[in-house]
Amino acid sequence: MGSSTVVVIGAGQAGCQIASSLREEGFTGRIVLVGAEAHLPYQRPPLSKGHLTGKASRDALWLRPASWFEEQSIEMRTSTRVTHLDTGDRRVLLQNGEALTYDDLVLATGARNRRLRLEGADLEGVLSLRTLDEADEVKARLEQAARVVVVGGGFIGLEVAATAVRLGKHATVVEVADQIMGRVLSGHTAAFLLRAHRARGLEIELTTMVSRIAGVAGRVAAVDTTDGRRFPADLVLVGVGANPNVELAEQAGIELDDGIVVDELLRTSAPHVYAVGDCACAPNPFAGGRRMRLESVQNATAQGRRLAATLAGRPEPFSSVPWFWSDQADIKLQIAGLTTGHTEVVVKGDANSERFSAYCFSQKRLLGVESVNRPADHMAARRLLSGSTSLSPQDVRRDNFDIKRASTGSAPVAP
Amino acid sequence: MPKVTFLRPNGDAIAVDVGDGTSVMQAAVAHGVTEIVAECGGTLACATCHVYVAEEHIDRLPPVSDDEQEMLDFTAAPRETGSRLSCQLPLGPDLDGIVVRCPETQY
Repeated sequence: MGSSTVVVIGAGQAGCQIASSLREEGFTGRIVLVGAEAHLPYQRPPLSKGHLTGKASRDALWLRPASWFEEQSIEMRTSTRVTHLDTGDRRVLLQNGEALTYDDLVLATGARNRRLRLEGADLEGVLSLRTLDEADEVKARLEQAARVVVVGGGFIGLEVAATAVRLGKHATVVEVADQIMGRVLSGHTAAFLLRAHRARGLEIELTTMVSRIAGVAGRVAAVDTTDGRRFPADLVLVGVGANPNVELAEQAGIELDDGIVVDELLRTSAPHVYAVGDCACAPNPFAGGRRMRLESVQNATAQGRRLAATLAGRPEPFSSVPWFWSDQADIKLQIAGLTTGHTEVVVKGDANSERFSAYCFSQKRLLGVESVNRPADHMAARRLLSGSTSLSPQDVRRDNFDIKRASTGSAPVAP
Repeated sequence: MPKVTFLRPNGDAIAVDVGDGTSVMQAAVAHGVTEIVAECGGTLACATCHVYVAEEHIDRLPPVSDDEQEMLDFTAAPRETGSRLSCQLPLGPDLDGIVVRCPETQY
């Protein structure tokens, strides 16, 4: 192990985690972490929240201090793209011409934001938010803006829109579906969030499709929708989802689906090549073993830790309860499990008090729990989903149901 | 500048000086004390920045909020007297010189 080399492509949350965890696992070989951005690895979640208001300090974004990489003998290459992968010779070429030979290669290439393919999408003032540089630009322009239009009512769009409202801007979200966060939230929780945002002054237009972005002298001026309306804007934030970065894997002939296909040990179809994080399409025990791609901190770090252990000689299938969080205005939304495909929702708590949890079931089996301002419910739900205790809709409906007790299993829920 | 000392599971002690208002969690992350994971970045959503505050410093701590109180029941390492989530401990004159022990695990 002392003489082998692990090359990690992508220095986001997943890439940084695997480098870090390899050392914690006792790996003494060479680790090279290659990142396309100019920055050392940083946290992305604050970029659409505290970073925009200036509440979160920039210094608090870094995942590790600069000195740590040298202390841990992790060769960090910033501003470096990988141009070629040869899985036969186990070699990658960097854009500066350098060739790196690896024993094991980890693809942690992440995802990139989808762009609008519409007239006006390239106008000045039409922005996207994923990287720190992009966040800095959104922040600077937000300070000057009076009217903000967000295209897409997903996590990032709503976080930015809620922040804009907090900063006193007039903000409108334009969403093509008939509910916000439609891909990830139950109808109940999405409807709550819609009311809560509107009550705080955010305008949300559902079932509304953008037709073009209008500009004046190259700068954005308004968003036009297919129903003939016009929303004036001096800043447009596009948050319409992301696509995995698979070009390198594709060029190397590695199997792709939605992302880079891996097995339960996070191995791609090429020997000694692995994939983790946003770019990896992995079988998920919390989706009945179905292969899926998750874009979350939890998925990136848990896969990074798991793969590090595998590479250090402790192979085990990846299995970690998926969880997500989103802070929108003063609302803390947390999701435990994968609720896609649920057919029944049991709500505990009161939506009017803005503190509740929605339990999502399919075939009487608990798939996941959405919690609003109930962090302890969320933690208990994660513990519950990671264990073997099963919970039925009837259990949850009982007046004396206590998820914390149910999750410890110490005191069974009274009949 | 307030000082905080981290006692690591391997017996090492790391003392660091940080700016006023920096949380104990941020101080750990900024100095590579990786036993403090802080997966959610300090939003009280994950309980992976658990620390044990040395007994003699406990009475100097800010009160535990309802949410932190509940989250402390879900730390990976056992909850003890002195258990706190370090993202909820802003450093300043009150906590200057505080000593915290890092748990064996945060998962």
